Amino acid sequence: MSTNILTVDDLRIATTTGMPVLDGISLRVCRGEVLALIGASGSGKTTLALAALGHLRPGLRATGGSVRLDGVEMLTAPQPVLNRMRGRVASYIAQSAAAAFNPRMRLGDQVVESALLHRSQSAVQARARAQDLFGYLSLPNPDRIGTRFPYQVSGGQLQRFMIAMGLQEEPLLMVCDEPTSALDVTTQVEVMRLLKQAILDNDTAALFVSHDLAVVAQIATRIAVMCAGAIVEIGDTEQIINAPREDYTRELIAACQHLSLGALAQRPARLPASADATLSVKGVVAGYGKVSNGKPSIATLHGVDLEVRKREIVAVIGESGSGKTTLARVIAGLHAPASGAVTMSGETLAGLDAQRTAAQRRRIQLAVQMADTALNPKHRLRRILGRVLAFFHGIKGAAAEARMLELLAMVSLPPHYLDRYPTEISGGEKQRINLARALAAEPEILICDEITSALDTIVAGQIIALVKRLRDELGLTIIFISHDLATVASIADRVTVLRHGRVVEAGESAEVLSAPKDPYTRLLVASVPELRQGWLEDAAAMRATLATELETSRPGAA
Amino acid sequence: MTGASTSLRLSPTLAFSTVVLTMFALIALVSLVALPQDPFDFITDEPLMPPAVGMWLGSDYLGRDVLSRLMDGTRITLFMALTATLLAHLIGDTLGLLAATRGGFVDTVLSRIVDIVLALPKIIVGLVVVAALGSSVWVIIGIASVVYAAGVFRIARALGNDLKEMDYIKLARSRGEGMGWILFGEMLPHVVRPLATDFAIRASFAILFMSSLSFVGLGVQPPMADWGGMARENLGGLSTNPLAAVAPALAIALVSIALNLLVDALDGDARH
Repeated sequence: MSTNILTVDDLRIATTTGMPVLDGISLRVCRGEVLALIGASGSGKTTLALAALGHLRPGLRATGGSVRLDGVEMLTAPQPVLNRMRGRVASYIAQSAAAAFNPRMRLGDQVVESALLHRSQSAVQARARAQDLFGYLSLPNPDRIGTRFPYQVSGGQLQRFMIAMGLQEEPLLMVCDEPTSALDVTTQVEVMRLLKQAILDNDTAALFVSHDLAVVAQIATRIAVMCAGAIVEIGDTEQIINAPREDYTRELIAACQHLSLGALAQRPARLPASADATLSVKGVVAGYGKVSNGKPSIATLHGVDLEVRKREIVAVIGESGSGKTTLARVIAGLHAPASGAVTMSGETLAGLDAQRTAAQRRRIQLAVQMADTALNPKHRLRRILGRVLAFFHGIKGAAAEARMLELLAMVSLPPHYLDRYPTEISGGEKQRINLARALAAEPEILICDEITSALDTIVAGQIIALVKRLRDELGLTIIFISHDLATVASIADRVTVLRHGRVVEAGESAEVLSAPKDPYTRLLVASVPELRQGWLEDAAAMRATLATELETSRPGAA
Repeated sequence: MTGASTSLRLSPTLAFSTVVLTMFALIALVSLVALPQDPFDFITDEPLMPPAVGMWLGSDYLGRDVLSRLMDGTRITLFMALTATLLAHLIGDTLGLLAATRGGFVDTVLSRIVDIVLALPKIIVGLVVVAALGSSVWVIIGIASVVYAAGVFRIARALGNDLKEMDYIKLARSRGEGMGWILFGEMLPHVVRPLATDFAIRASFAILFMSSLSFVGLGVQPPMADWGGMARENLGGLSTNPLAAVAPALAIALVSIALNLLVDALDGDARH
């Protein structure tokens, strides 16, 4: 292919304080080619993708090299030139569609906005093109859906509007920054399929940023593996996946395979769990608004049962809106159920933690998804951990110091971290501290609410390994809440699948995940990306049959 | 963390406000030890005399030394304004954060009381209370602190409402932590900076409010000197010795402007 669309030559970008972020990157993207940039967070992949659009985030500057898009030097181009190029020559598809759209403007107007600003299409042409794209991207009622506001469509639909926006002016290059990472698995398959088709049909080139190798394998023609601001390995998708040359690439692939349904087979036998339930949840109904007759006006849980035995890891899986986080909050005492009961070792727990005893509160600890908001940024880690020790156990001074060092060792962090603030450690390390704080209480039951969702594959794998080790060493009972089946497969002994606040299937994880009975569970399982080319097409075909089965088997389910 | 010390650059506004405020603080301190003349003594028989050697700002309507009274008044005015603002913050911050964290009934009751206080004109409240209780330094400080606590409450409550949604607050509550730790251990470090900004701007309002009370004759009672009272006493002498009324007015303006510029400098600095 001779038509080079994007040429990056020895690109160097550093922070204004002189720390290198990109260190001599060179690559080319031709027409009809999808180049994936893959790497852990902090590897510089987003910085590189944005540089292709001539954008550097505040605090960064280019220190050398060139980025030429369709013959224009993007690093030195004046603002008016960049404005003309963006949307028309290169478009951008962001990770969070919800944050990218103006909530006060109709979607149709936002999709055609740049075409009208550029005067590249007349208003009539632009609207016609947008309608075609809505139909092409399988949005319902393409001729009318453009009049809706962003909050009136679902997350998956919003992401499709963003793709439509990216395609509106038929750009030469689409820069996609983790376009499906924020979506549920079942939605992700559909968006991935449409995005791939759109790239192929329009014969555009694309830069595809992702941390998920399995997703990348479906869409990319070539893959560049990045680490610490440099390209470790670049090659055809086939070669990278099947015959990686570098150790780092192999590590990525191993992490990806570890977190896949295939991991079920290789799991060692688990510790024998005792037969009696440590925690049991019976017929819990919870939600928001006024409660009448034991039913809240908006219910998110409709009579959920859950049994957890000692030293067991039970996973609760569900997509956004399934009520899994509400369930976690009910167990932790942060959300009072309208009816139903939570019992721990035979004691019935009060709905709100204020009415529970200190011992009951200590025995159940919660670790949450966003480590950023879970740790007070104004407290040093010493204070964060020390407070829990003093509060529950009255340990102070040298004894507390010694215990904190033990806790740090337990989560594999060095002792000098005690003097750091949460803003001075990485996302994975924050999650470790999050767990250490829960452990400081010496709980029996640990609830992990999506603790790996915000982490990249390698780090998530390390956290999963840590949780498993904690169970083995400390005999903890763990409730692991997640939307990610692959993660769950690698850790859980038993699985409960939630959908719209109801349990659709529960049982041994090996059984549920390898031979799911409920059509919804089958759909979930079929939607987990696998690290092989051609999976996407198989999954899309399988989805179609499962979706009809789901419709017919559950009349009345929304 | 790059540290607050490096991020605070010396801008012209910051320099000006610091110099002015330091100067007035020094004057207040010096007035405790020594003054050019006795501020209460009738130094000359000539009222509202223009400036002369030994009486650099002339005499007031009773023949007292304007400069000495201005210096003495600096101490009284600044003490009253800062004490009132400090009290307003102690009350407003605690109740505001409490209302945000507790919510429900506590929040509703406190918020409605604050609405009522804010709805009443400050000067009228001052007139009524002074009429009932008589005027003293502490009555005036009390009025000002209650009146300004209402505004502080609103700000602290808004800050608290943002914070209480943070997981670390929720986790602290699920642990069973008491209000003391949640308000002062978890929340306070986050709100110190915005509240300090508010403190500076509210202190300048308090100076103006107390000066207005004195100006209508309800503030600090003669023969004590405060800026607002001095401006009122000597208003009749604008043609013979304008400085007797203008100097205290100028002092009020200078301190208010300096405090506002200080806020701007700190606030702009926080945004970087």
